[in-house]
Amino acid sequence: MKIKGRVWKYGDDVNTDVIFPGKYTYTLTDPKEMAKVALEDLDADFAEKVQKNDIIIGGKNFGCGSSREQAVSCLVYAGVGAIISKSYARIFFRNCINFGLPALNASDAVDGIENGEIIEIDTESGKISCKAGVYSFPPLPKEVVGIFDAGGLIPYTKKQLGIKT
Amino acid sequence: MGKTLSEKILGKKVNKDVVAGEIVEVEPDVAMSHDNTAAISKSFYKIGVDKVFDPQKHVIILDHCTPAANSKFAQNHKDIREFVTKQNIKNFYDIQHGVCHQVIHEKGHIYPGALVVGSDSHSTSYGAFGAFSCGIGRSEMAVIMARGKIWLKVPETIKIYVKGKFPKGISSKDLMLQIAREIRADGALYKAIEFCGPTIDNMSVASRFVLANMAVEIGAKAGYMIPNQATLDYLKKHTSRPYEIIESDPDATFEKTYTFDVSNLEPMVAKPHTVDNVSPISEVAGTKIDQVFFGSCTNGRIEDFQVVSDVVKGKKIHPGVRMLVFPASNTIYMEALKQGFIQNLMEAGAVIMNPGCGPCMGNHEGILADNEVCVATSNRNFKGRLGNKNSEVFLASPRTAAECAIAGKIVDWKK
Ligand code: SF4
Repeated sequence: MKIKGRVWKYGDDVNTDVIFPGKYTYTLTDPKEMAKVALEDLDADFAEKVQKNDIIIGGKNFGCGSSREQAVSCLVYAGVGAIISKSYARIFFRNCINFGLPALNASDAVDGIENGEIIEIDTESGKISCKAGVYSFPPLPKEVVGIFDAGGLIPYTKKQLGIKT
Repeated sequence: MGKTLSEKILGKKVNKDVVAGEIVEVEPDVAMSHDNTAAISKSFYKIGVDKVFDPQKHVIILDHCTPAANSKFAQNHKDIREFVTKQNIKNFYDIQHGVCHQVIHEKGHIYPGALVVGSDSHSTSYGAFGAFSCGIGRSEMAVIMARGKIWLKVPETIKIYVKGKFPKGISSKDLMLQIAREIRADGALYKAIEFCGPTIDNMSVASRFVLANMAVEIGAKAGYMIPNQATLDYLKKHTSRPYEIIESDPDATFEKTYTFDVSNLEPMVAKPHTVDNVSPISEVAGTKIDQVFFGSCTNGRIEDFQVVSDVVKGKKIHPGVRMLVFPASNTIYMEALKQGFIQNLMEAGAVIMNPGCGPCMGNHEGILADNEVCVATSNRNFKGRLGNKNSEVFLASPRTAAECAIAGKIVDWKK
């Protein structure tokens, strides 16, 4: 899979409260509405200007805080194609796999990529191409790659249980 | 080669030797969810399964926005009540009980050696009872409902060894903030933390709970300690489930050991907007405050009430400050009434609220206005956490929160 998009670059410890504020967690369920509040408390411009397949760059510990899955799904609904970060909070990372959003670990790429530039990710070869050059990222562990390939945990479980859609 | 508690508990679940780094598929013993159960149930039905795999395993507690703040929250609760009835989930606790992380062990669902998951990040809390316990996502809980299983990576373990005697008025919250200051918000990412040492051995259950509760704030997957006598006494009173205490072997591999000495610890605060932005209180003394939020799953227990009540007894809360009090559970509320703590707080001018999460994640019951400052005994101070991104939250111990409520500002009460 190739993902090409514009970069939105943020810093370390971007937490789930600024990605999807807690006050919405039991009241906003419509994907369109959820997309509109994505990153509301971090970057007021984001939801309005984000385009399909744009890529978020974070520093270390991206997605720390709450277990809320909407911190991932609101980004997917907003069109985000991938996240590249130095590290992820573990529940957020699991939620990315479970929701089929590529969350890549690539510290050098984070340092090399500039805010606003267009970059391309090739998930098959594990490469990120940007102005500063080409960076690589490690693949998902083999035990969980199936979940990702199935498009997330719910479709994966369906398949596992032999339930037809 | 010795094994850590994580390797032992997860290995037992798959009937083989496992080592840190391995990924295993396991059946948790207990699975906790709260107000997010409505969303979970929708994902569960989306899978195409009709019956919950093992209704006994699930514990569902309403606490995040109780009583419902508006019709949407009300619908959310209603959906959950219908779901638990239909699925015959008996371990359901409606809005009168309190915060999930308190109610679950008060009602006897947590025991040493258990493998527990919760669709709430602070599910690390149950490590306080010697369980291996971690937070998971909503879809994962839906899949546990469908097939009883989840994949987990066996974590590496960090040891946090704590020694020394707390100076008067200093508590495990100050220690935890000091730990966050040193280890940082990502310092224990993916790892299990074993809290140990003489100070931990001598702590009350509630004080130990604070550490396990906030282990996730430094990135940990689980944070646990071996039950001490106080914990065993508590378990005797609260659970009838048989259990086996599981401990790390003396020659187990730990990735790193940190040592903390609490003998000279000062009151600590986490400044806006991150939990690891910690300093001794003296550095922010004088900051004017508008609200005090006393409660939450971190610090709303009876020993916390004792401390806060002792500070405010016979005094008045500063007229510029609103002090909101949320007992962590109904049981704690009744005990606080019995011991006169509630009376002291009310006479001082505090507002006593219902047990539950209150404003902790910005839903209701005490949202801040623009530019307001709150001292909270909870565990997170992220931007917007208390419902308004233009407000500021300082995290502190119950003692510090009470002293600030009286002073009307952040005060170095140790001076
Ligand atoms: S009190 Fe706060 S941190 Fe604890 S479970 Fe409730 S919302 Fe979460």
